[in-house]
Formats: sequence, structure tokens, C-alpha cells
Amino acid sequence: MTTAPSVTVLPGRGKASLRHRLAERGIDRSLALLAPGVLFMLLLFLYPFLYGLQLSFSPQHGGGALANYRTFFSDPYLRGSIGITLWLGIPAALFNVVVSVPIAYKMRGRFRGKRLLTTLLVVPITLGTVLTAEGLLEFLGQAGWLNKILVDLHLVSQPVRLVHNYWGVFFSLVITGFPFAFLLISSYLSGIDPSLERAAATLGAGWWHRFRHITLPLLSPGLAMTFCLSFVLAFSVFPSAQLVGDPSGATHVISIAAYHAAFEQYDYSMGSAISMIMAAIMLVIIGVVLFWRSRMYRGSTGGKG
Amino acid sequence: MSDPRFSTLRFEGVTRRFGGQTALADLDLSIHAGEFIALLGASGCGKSTALNCLAGLLPLSGGSIWLDERRIDGLPPERRDIGMVFQNYALFPHMSVRRNVGFGLQMRKVPKKEAAHRVDEAIRLVQLEEHVAKFPAQLSGGQQQRVAIARAIVIRPPVVVMDEPLSNLDAKLRLEMRMEIRRLHQALGLTTVYVTHDQEEALSLADRLVVLRDGRVQQVGTPEDVYCQPANRYVAGFMGYRNLIELPVSRRDGERVTVGGGSIQLEGTARDDLPSGRAVAAIRPEDLVVSETGENRFDVVVEVVEYHGREQSVQGRLPSGEPVYFRTEARLAPGDRAPLAVAAGRVLIYPADGAGALAEAAA
Repeated sequence: MTTAPSVTVLPGRGKASLRHRLAERGIDRSLALLAPGVLFMLLLFLYPFLYGLQLSFSPQHGGGALANYRTFFSDPYLRGSIGITLWLGIPAALFNVVVSVPIAYKMRGRFRGKRLLTTLLVVPITLGTVLTAEGLLEFLGQAGWLNKILVDLHLVSQPVRLVHNYWGVFFSLVITGFPFAFLLISSYLSGIDPSLERAAATLGAGWWHRFRHITLPLLSPGLAMTFCLSFVLAFSVFPSAQLVGDPSGATHVISIAAYHAAFEQYDYSMGSAISMIMAAIMLVIIGVVLFWRSRMYRGSTGGKG
Repeated sequence: MSDPRFSTLRFEGVTRRFGGQTALADLDLSIHAGEFIALLGASGCGKSTALNCLAGLLPLSGGSIWLDERRIDGLPPERRDIGMVFQNYALFPHMSVRRNVGFGLQMRKVPKKEAAHRVDEAIRLVQLEEHVAKFPAQLSGGQQQRVAIARAIVIRPPVVVMDEPLSNLDAKLRLEMRMEIRRLHQALGLTTVYVTHDQEEALSLADRLVVLRDGRVQQVGTPEDVYCQPANRYVAGFMGYRNLIELPVSRRDGERVTVGGGSIQLEGTARDDLPSGRAVAAIRPEDLVVSETGENRFDVVVEVVEYHGREQSVQGRLPSGEPVYFRTEARLAPGDRAPLAVAAGRVLIYPADGAGALAEAAA
């Protein structure tokens, strides 16, 4: 004998059950999956952020809520760190994006040794800044291999200074930032349907026009995103500015300024204020890039990716 | 109508290998200007490979392709002047219909005014005037396919190639677009090479068919040739001879051959040199009639009946276990005994062991 299936009482005609109506708006039990992430954000990001924000308005030495900000912007040494950081972060991010594009473009499709090449390009991401810095000192330092070779070949008379200045930090940002940009751009590229370029070819477009008119426009939202992320990475540069830079001069970046205030002068309030300024600048740059991106084509790129 | 720019497009021994696999073997084919050629075959038969070789998207492993006396197989795709319509349309998603269609002219540096005029004309030809400003994502599948066709023909290429252009459309739209493609071909007289796995599409569109299998040509001929006189059992199967019954040859008298043994004896026409031994009798389902009298009588037991409106499509089984497909207006039920007959002129007899001698017949 079979038992009768349990029948739920149907609500009035034309009106779906509450559960269905909520599900229609994406509200169902799977929302619980968000809980750990939300909790994490609240505890580890939002709370410290708001705490830091209010701290920055309570200066240690008095002088009103905005005293820290006034100090920062009136001190040319502190104020100058913004320019120094931008001057490192923007070129490094641009360089990483611009160099990744042709390499990733050429490395689409299958060929022998692709996996090995990708591995080689991506390995630096695993090195960590300190190891990279040591390598740079070994390789590019006054007594490093490069300078030895250059001097021995009589290409230069004096060792070239490539570390403990702007270039040391720039190289470090490229070494650690490039694999990241390359991986992102490769994945954006793989989302573009290869038959689009073939179609363009049969219509008479050579490789440059195919890239310029088809691939690049479809890729540019991805480029904008990659630039933003690379920029954020580069803008918060800290260890390499210390290790291979000139931390009290040419690479006195904004994170060093914040560190100096908070952990050397023990002025947490000032440190917080500098961090807030740093966050604001990043937001402005990202805002500008994303605004520019919002004005471009953002729909499907026809691929399976 | 023929194209004044060339008179013949020739494939000479075109071969393409992928690793150790031969996708296309030694294709020889001459296409006259203005002709509509369909390459027909199941997936993996080499038809798309042939098309990509022609368009320059795949390099050849051997052979050559000629437009009259000009060899084109070494040219990159952008210098071949072959308009291509892709199976997935491959419209540029970030360009409006107008810019998609105009892309080829822009690449050819056609003056703006003339380009605009030609784009309008092409768009009118495919009846998309109201949609010029839309983007591909805003169009239906059929409209997207029209854009793809307009984009390929606006450059007035000597040859247009189409790679299964209708296979992503639903049945009704497919019929409409088929007419549309035929109409455009009649209006413009563009030499067209059309790839499809659908025999009905190929028969209804093409002036000549090229049937391919495993990279080799099985038969080249007009739709009527191929439909009525398939060169081998494979082509026959493709052309709707759904019943392919393998039987021993019992008697032959010139073209007249009798095959069979036991419960079934079939008399038919030999389509190829028949070795003595086993043969295949090919019969279309619609040529079998339910009747107690007539030529080539045999019985089957009904297994599956499908309703098709006026007719039913029936699968029966011979006592030997082989399935037999036929159509009838008689109401039959599974388990019934059905007496069948078929005119001897409607039975084609092929050698049982495949296509050995047939490639020559096709060439």
C-alpha cells in the first residue's frame, strides 16, 4: 500500500507562495553562504576602517578634528609622498598592463611549451617581496652581476646605480606585479571568441587592424580592471620601498609615511589620517578608471570564458 | 549569371592533416563562377576543413587552390577576398549592425560615401533596415544570420563561403533563411560554397553537391544525380535510403541483380561493380508499400509506430532481425504482421564492403 503524498495547501489562485516570491528575488536559504564572508568583512575590514577613520579625527596633540590632515598637507615632506607614490604606482601598473597585452595575445591558443612558459612568467608571484629585493640587490647592486658585466665589457666606467633609488622599487613592482597582470589579461583574452578575429581576417583586416578594431575594444574593460588592481598593489608598496629604495628620499612613499607616524613616532592618530588619505587617493584613481570603463562596450565578448 | 572576375575556382589535390589524422585527402574540384556548391557530409567528414582551407583560415598540408591562373592558397585570409559566413555568425559584439556590415569596406578603404551607400544596399537586401543601429545582442538568431550574410556579401567577394549557417536556427527559421539564401544567390549570382550536414538543405540550395566522408569525396553531381543515383551505400544512406539490408547475391543479369535468401528475395539495380558475395539493398522508406501483392514481397513484424499526420512512420523487423523502416497510411500497431512490397526499379544494390571502388566513380 502506498501512503498518500502529503499535500501542501495551495494559497489563493494567481498568488505564488511567499517562498517562491522571495526566491524570485534571489532570497532563499543559499543566502546563508554569504554569512562567513560578511562576518569576515565586518570584523576585519569595516570595523578597523571605521575605527581608524574616527581615530584620524582625534589628533594626539589636539588642534581640532582636522589637525592631522592639516599637518600632512602643510608639510612638504609628507605631502610629497603622494606624488612619489603616484609616480611609482601609475607607471609600474601601466607598464605591467601594457607589456602583458602582447605577450598574452601571442600566447593564446595551443603550442608546445606553453605550460612551461606560463609557469616561468608566473613564478615571480610566489617569490615574495623580500626574496625579490634580495635578488635585485645581488643582480643590480653596485657590486652585482649586471654592473660587473657592464664594467668588464667597458660599456660603463662607473657601476650604474639601479637600486636604493626609484628604479630599484620600480623593478621590484614590475617583477611582482607583472605575473598578476599577465594572468588576469590572459583570462580576459581567453573570453574573446577567436572566430571574431577570423571573421575580421576574411573581411580584409590584417593583424594590426584585427587587434585594433576587434580584440582591443573587447579587451579594454578587462584592461581597465587589471590596471586598477595592479595600481592598488603598486600604490601600497612598502617593503620594497624600504629594501631596494631610498625610504627617506626618492622613495618616501605614503605607506612609509604612515608607518613612520604610527610605529616610530607612536602617533596612531596621524598614522590613521595618512592611511585614510592613501585610501582616498586609490578610490579616486579607481573611480576615474571605472568611469572611463563604463563608457565603453561592456557586453558579451562572444567567448565561452 | 557569372562573375566577370574569374571563371573557375579549382582545388587541386588539396590535403589537410591534423597530426597523424587526415581530415581532407586529395580533394580535386572545379567550381564555375556563379555556381552554388554544397559540401555535404556528417560531422568530421572534412567539409569544414575544406572551407577553412579555401578561406585561408587553415594552411594546406598538400595541394593547391587556384582562381583561374592565380594560386591563392599561400595568401593570408585578409588578401583572399573570400566572404565567409560563420556557423556562430561571429558578429562583432561591440559594433552596431551598420558598423558590422561596413567593416569589410572600412578595411578596404572604400570612400565613406560609397561605403555608406553599399552598406545600405546590403542591409536592404537582407531586409534589416529597421535594425541598423542595433547591436548583435539585441537581434534574434535569424537577424544575426542576416547581418552575417550582409557583412560577407557587401565586399562583393568573388567567392562566398558559408559554414553551416543555418544549424543554430530553429526549424521554421531555417526554412525561411534557406529561401533567403537561394534568393540572394539568384539575385547576385555570387559563387557560393556552402557546407552542411543536412541533405535536404544541400539538395534544395545547391547547383552541385559534393558528398564527403572521412575526408574523401564520395560523389559529385547535381542534386538529381545524387538523390536518384547515389554512388555508393554511404551516399545512399545520406540521401534517405534508410533501409540498407545486407544480403548475399543470388543471381545477376547485367544491371539486374537478385539478392536474398531465406525469407526475403529482392530484385534491384546494381549501382556499382558487384563482386559476388554479399551486397547491400538500399530502399527509401517511402518506396515501400504495404501490400500482399507486387514485386519484392516480404513480411515484417511492426515494432514502433510514429504518428506523422496523414501517414505513419513505422519501424518493423525482418525475421532475420534487421530493422526495416517504411511509411504508410494504414493504421498499424506494434506486433502486427505487415506485408511489404517494393518496385524493383526502386531498389539499389551496392557492394557490401564499403567504398573501395567508389572513390574513382566519384572523381
